Amino acid sequence: MKKLLTIIGGVFISLIIVSGVFAAKLLLINGAGATFPYPIYSKWFYEYAKIDETVNFNYQSIGSGGGIRQISEKTVDFGATDGPMTDEQLQKAGAEIFHLPMVAGAVVLTYNLQEVSNSRSSLRFSPDVVADIFLGKIKKWNDGRIAQDNPGVNLPDKKIVVVHRSDGSGTTFIFVDYLSEISGAWKSKVGKGTSVDWPVGLGGKGNEGVTGLVKQTPGSIGYVELSYAVKNKLPYGDIKNIAGNFITPSLESTTKALDAKVDTMPSDFRVSLVNPSGKDAYPIAGLTWILVYKKQNDKAKGEKIVKFLNWAVTDGQKYAADLLYAPLPNSLITKIQNKISEIQVK
Amino acid sequence: MKRSKLTDFIFQKVSAVFALSAVAFAILILFIITKEAFPAIKNFGFPFLFNTRWDPVKENFGALTFIWGTIVSSLLALIIAVPISLGTAIYLSELAPSKIRQPLSFLIELLAAIPSVIYGLWGIFVLVPLLRETIQPFFAKYFGFLPFFQGDIYGVGMMAAGIILSIMIIPTIASVSRDIFMAVPHSQREAALALGATRWETIKLAVLKFSKNGVMGAVILGLGRALGETMAVTMLIGNRPEISLSLFAPAATMSSVIANEFTEATSDLYVSTLMEIGLILFGLTLFLNIIARFLVWSTTNKASFGK
Amino acid sequence: MNNYLRRKITDKLMRALTVFCAIFVLLPLISIFVYVISKGITSINIDFFTQLPKPAGEPGGGMANAIIGSLILTGMASLWAIPAGVLGGVYLSEFSTNKLGTLIRFSADVLSGVPSIVIGIFAYSVWVRPMKSFSALSGAFALGIIMIPTIMRTTEEAIRMVPHDLREASLALGINRFKTTIRIILKTAMPGTITGVMLSIARIFGETAPLLFTAFGNRFWHQGMTQPIAALPLQIFVYAISPFEDWQRQAWAGALVLIGLTFVISLTSRLVTKRKI
Repeated sequence: MKKLLTIIGGVFISLIIVSGVFAAKLLLINGAGATFPYPIYSKWFYEYAKIDETVNFNYQSIGSGGGIRQISEKTVDFGATDGPMTDEQLQKAGAEIFHLPMVAGAVVLTYNLQEVSNSRSSLRFSPDVVADIFLGKIKKWNDGRIAQDNPGVNLPDKKIVVVHRSDGSGTTFIFVDYLSEISGAWKSKVGKGTSVDWPVGLGGKGNEGVTGLVKQTPGSIGYVELSYAVKNKLPYGDIKNIAGNFITPSLESTTKALDAKVDTMPSDFRVSLVNPSGKDAYPIAGLTWILVYKKQNDKAKGEKIVKFLNWAVTDGQKYAADLLYAPLPNSLITKIQNKISEIQVK
Repeated sequence: MKRSKLTDFIFQKVSAVFALSAVAFAILILFIITKEAFPAIKNFGFPFLFNTRWDPVKENFGALTFIWGTIVSSLLALIIAVPISLGTAIYLSELAPSKIRQPLSFLIELLAAIPSVIYGLWGIFVLVPLLRETIQPFFAKYFGFLPFFQGDIYGVGMMAAGIILSIMIIPTIASVSRDIFMAVPHSQREAALALGATRWETIKLAVLKFSKNGVMGAVILGLGRALGETMAVTMLIGNRPEISLSLFAPAATMSSVIANEFTEATSDLYVSTLMEIGLILFGLTLFLNIIARFLVWSTTNKASFGK
Repeated sequence: MNNYLRRKITDKLMRALTVFCAIFVLLPLISIFVYVISKGITSINIDFFTQLPKPAGEPGGGMANAIIGSLILTGMASLWAIPAGVLGGVYLSEFSTNKLGTLIRFSADVLSGVPSIVIGIFAYSVWVRPMKSFSALSGAFALGIIMIPTIMRTTEEAIRMVPHDLREASLALGINRFKTTIRIILKTAMPGTITGVMLSIARIFGETAPLLFTAFGNRFWHQGMTQPIAALPLQIFVYAISPFEDWQRQAWAGALVLIGLTFVISLTSRLVTKRKI
């Protein structure tokens, strides 16, 4: 019995010692935040670990609200968000924080409707219909207003189950930012933020959780980042833009949305891409940012972060298209690189 | 001699420090959480407990929906778990052949050893589809006149959370009750049997009556566990802060809102509010634990500790 | 006579009902086992035990880092909580005055009733935020707090069962309190103590809630105690709610490993003691 205990104890202690040895070798840089870019970030960090073997970037996708909170608390080395920090939040953080755009992405309306997903084309939604579904005013799939946008589609007499985020989320921010733009009722009743008080629906944690819930719940509709819908083979709707065209969310239509705003990009990059004017632009798109402090207090970490950021906006961009994110245009990349060079490593 | 006196002295003091660490932690947790919750307490005051809004944009927070979710899901769990646990405990202590008794007790204790995240995983992929496709449509069809079984069917929701909680607390209630039944003196049973009572009457008159307080304590211990349970509930309840009579509807509990929103709350007031919810949860479980332990103690006359 | 028959039938009925209850309790257990084992076995492979997680949505990879992470977290929590719990139990049974003993016992009971998520936000407030980092240490700290009350109370109970003669005989021989307690009493009470220790280890090994805000998770190998660390239950949680089929598959595999290890720990404690205390 004593032997057994000694063995167990020995194993634990040696594990701890081993882990101590490991610690000396590698630098771990911790980040947390948005789930929207998680597929590409996890790809980047996985690939980057091969390029620079002395450093690992550990990214936990806890939600954009979490990214903002934890970078402000300085419990992580960088944050990530797709809803920009407000002036008040920036003020509170105490030190200057940079918003560095990494890629642009589309928020899509994904649904689980067996009856329709067998047909070839996806459902089409007008902006006011989207708002009213999420306000709980349109309750059934065969509602006249949905049918109007989808002539010839046999819509079932089924309740609409709205699925939204339960955590603080940048995907939510992009989506409700859009709803506030196009619907006065939404703007006054709910407003915009990384978390809002949803009029109807189920809550799922993260883009992962919402996709999971939609996938498991017949009759449901939710909003997720495009690659989550595609990777899970879920259908997603076309949305009518300002020009009056129904646009399928895609790499191209997201890029169009980004193009529409590049020329007027503010110097701190905090810009909303929703409801762009372009004829072929998808209306619910957004940038996703990495948040870093201008003054990096840890020299080793600071240098690695700068190096990684430069890699991400250049070489890293080639991974974007595969995962259905819109890569940044060259003119914007130069601006971002200038910003990165302003990061002070002590 | 002197040296060994010194060793004794040091030994006693060191062990005292460790024993007192339990006291220190209990107080410290209460103190720290209260301190962190203070801005929210000051801001919202007493009405916080009765406010049903949860609006992070306008920072209008209330705890009632979460208190409702926690209490209703736990009560639902009790309604399912108590009869089953008591039946099992009676079977184990009074009726089961000794060959079955041991392995059955062991299996029930295994149920208690399953980590809650696994209950959640099983719930998502087995229980929820079963509820959505079979059980809830059945209730909607035959009991749809009751407000509890009306509304949309999602699968996830209050019912899923209540059922998973009941499965999780059955081992606690069953094993503590079994111990309490076993503690009933044999003379009690023999007296009833000698008077010509059937086995069931003996159980009812001698065993159950004698252990009423203790069983109550066991139930409250189970309730305490249900109230604080986090992971499985978060995965199954649907995470919607809303008060609805329907068991099909999604809801949220105090622990699930903390698990979902604590690391990502953006403003200080938001974090402090979640701390206050943690404080309410702590208070509630503390209160129940005190009652439960007193009841169990008063029957078995020795301190008992469930999980 | 009619009355007698009715009583007979009630008796039979109620007895049958208790049997039914006992069977009903086993149903979820069997279902969980069947699913975890059948889905887990088909999902488990060598990669699962040797590889790091792959980027989101890419198939393959494993949970090697999470398994080791959980072992380290449990080990470190044990490292401080077992001595604290056992010595606390010794104090309770050997030295404490009545009043102080009641206070300590009560506190331990309160502590064991605190929901683990509350312990998580406590650890975040006193450790993660001041130290400005999620870390393995903060996770072990939170888990340890969960362990202490169980160990303390089981140790106390086990020591109480040691016959008084033994203690008196030892003391009468002039052996001091310290040696008597360590060599005689604790040794005799060892089986009960180990049961308590093992039970608490089995419990924290599967704990998820307090790790959300402390250990935080890590996609790579552990890099020291002051850094975030992966944990098996945490990884299962993240993968279970994810939409990616390969991740869900790995969640089942993780569940099988977690349940397996938890049961091994519980079973070991049973074998060590061969009786329930």
